[in-house]
Amino acid sequence: MSVNLTLLIVMGALYACGIYLILERSLTRVLLGLMLLANATNLLILSTGGYAGLAPFFTKDTPAGDYNDPLPQALILTSIVISFAVTAFMLGIIYRTWVLARQDDIQDDVEDLRVAETPSFDAEDDAEIPAETSEFPLATVTAGGREMPAEQAAAEEQPGSPTIESGPEGGKK
Amino acid sequence: MNIASLAPLAVVLPILGAALTFLLIRHSRAQRAVSIGLLSLTLALECLLLASAWNSGTAAVTIGGWLPPWGIVMVVDQFSSLMLVVSSAVSLAVLVYATGQGMADGDEDAPVSIFHPTYLILVAGVSNAFLSGDLFNLYVGFEILLTASYVLMTLGGTGPRIRAGVTYVVVSVVSSVLFLIAIAMVYGATGTVNMADLALKLGDLDQGTRTLLHVMLLVAFGIKAAVFPLSFWLPDSYPTAPAPVTAVFAGLLTKVGVYAMVRTETLLFPGDTLNTPLMVVALLTMVVGILGALAQSDIKRLLSFTLVSHIGYMVFGLAMSSVAGLAAAVFYVAHHITIQTSLFLVTGLIERRGGSSSVDRLGGLAKLSPLLAMLFFIPGMNLAGIPPFSGFLGKVGLLQAGIELGTPLAYALVIGGVLTSLLTLLAIARVWNRAFWRKPEDAEHPDPVLLAGPSGRAAGPGAKLNTVTLLPRTMVGSTLGLVVLGVALTVFAGPLFGLSDQAARDMLDRAPYIQSVLGSNTAVPATVTGGGR
Repeated sequence: MSVNLTLLIVMGALYACGIYLILERSLTRVLLGLMLLANATNLLILSTGGYAGLAPFFTKDTPAGDYNDPLPQALILTSIVISFAVTAFMLGIIYRTWVLARQDDIQDDVEDLRVAETPSFDAEDDAEIPAETSEFPLATVTAGGREMPAEQAAAEEQPGSPTIESGPEGGKK
Repeated sequence: MNIASLAPLAVVLPILGAALTFLLIRHSRAQRAVSIGLLSLTLALECLLLASAWNSGTAAVTIGGWLPPWGIVMVVDQFSSLMLVVSSAVSLAVLVYATGQGMADGDEDAPVSIFHPTYLILVAGVSNAFLSGDLFNLYVGFEILLTASYVLMTLGGTGPRIRAGVTYVVVSVVSSVLFLIAIAMVYGATGTVNMADLALKLGDLDQGTRTLLHVMLLVAFGIKAAVFPLSFWLPDSYPTAPAPVTAVFAGLLTKVGVYAMVRTETLLFPGDTLNTPLMVVALLTMVVGILGALAQSDIKRLLSFTLVSHIGYMVFGLAMSSVAGLAAAVFYVAHHITIQTSLFLVTGLIERRGGSSSVDRLGGLAKLSPLLAMLFFIPGMNLAGIPPFSGFLGKVGLLQAGIELGTPLAYALVIGGVLTSLLTLLAIARVWNRAFWRKPEDAEHPDPVLLAGPSGRAAGPGAKLNTVTLLPRTMVGSTLGLVVLGVALTVFAGPLFGLSDQAARDMLDRAPYIQSVLGSNTAVPATVTGGGR
């Protein structure tokens, strides 16, 4: 299979420019980069069809090898339509970004930055004496008007313990 | 005429629905009826397809009378029909949820009426990708679902959504360009894009070309599936979208990428040399993803990171290329679609009830709404892999397959899998402890809605109505439906594992797929696969 060198060189240049442009922070340049990449890919598909031949209308006298391969062109047509839709949508988004933020740059994710800046020390998890946050504090329990340490309170909360005081949800009162 | 020839309807019905709902854009009630009705019909049809694939094996439908390998084919086998049924069931539940949300918020004439047509297009794209037996048609399916997802992602056009949407669109377009380049190269090398035909012809290429094509396809699908080095975009862009949209994206879009990876590995490049890199990537995806989840305080972001992490399990099962591994991966995909979607839907409910999705602001939800707590707890434990849930069964299947394989790398992955499961439990337990168990006053920045206490007591007799709008019955009902589906996957895990096992056997054998497309007397070359067969 022979290929068209001009097409290949153009394709390479388009890929190089496209990749350079999508690495920019300006959205318009990113969009231009994506368009160049899509067109470079279309050229690549075209070059897979081999040398240009006759238009693929079937006539009885033409040998099969003389026709152009129609499939790559059908593929390119589809991919052009798709990249057209995506480009239109991107333009809409870029315009909306401009309306909202008056800038053309890709913006940082605020929540991501916040998480990244969070220190590794967590007041609740890493405190020396953990702050008690449950609904049933174990540190000191007020039972029957007197305070008792947690171990004792836990012992009293055994099932069948006579001193147990039930909550509002049920149990014996 | 057999049932499988109805397969194109799985794509046509949602597209028809999209057209109808677009015409009905001013009549929101008719729009809801049409979209829910047509999606239910699609689901029923896909159940028939699954039954037919289960009973009479793989079948191919040629579109427009162009015979393969020239025309486009749709292939119904056990894997694709299982994916269709699960994805349609999930998208139906999400649609009902979204409808409930829309009705509760009264956005009758907001621009959100574009939601229904776009959503149906997304479903059509997903179905097309699952059914496609042609590499270029797969690309078209991807583009349909991606273009619809761009619109859904930026619905309403608020600042944060546009910011997230830009990242998402650019990354998706780049991955699509890579996929298209790969297709062009495949066509240049073999002269066909029919997947069954490719399965025969790719074997004749020399090793260098094969590896190049293989890597290009895997990178393109890896971006879509959010596999570790290519997963950075997902937690950045998913959390800002509306809750039902995030839920359906999390459930379906990454799994379409996984599905494409499975087809690439089993059908196009069987027994190839990339299993070791895939295993390393799977390990990194699992561990790095879940470590990211632990750092988050926003539930939606946390769930996005667990989503990335659990993609690693599926890649692990795929990379073993043994029947046991692949069967477990298929089961895991079905389980994960359901569970991850229901968790995101519950998070949407938490956000409505508690006013925020950040665990720094939430507290006391278990007392405020026990139903909500239950709806979060069951899929949460399921995701972490607590027995007897389907998450546990899927992971056990993967770990058993890993031990069966017995290489040092497989053992490393088994350890990584157990570790990831434990860390998932930790991440879910942190959310549970903070959002549900502690008192609202103990939150770092408590939300005023929660401090007001149960609205019934706080604001007098009129407040009962308030609770109803906070948690509309349709939204809770559809979430409950998905949670029940998740539990049903556990109850019917036996038959489902049988189905996955049969699907994995057929995929590794390749003959049913190729012969259903190219005719039953096509000779299929035997494949050399890795150990464990």
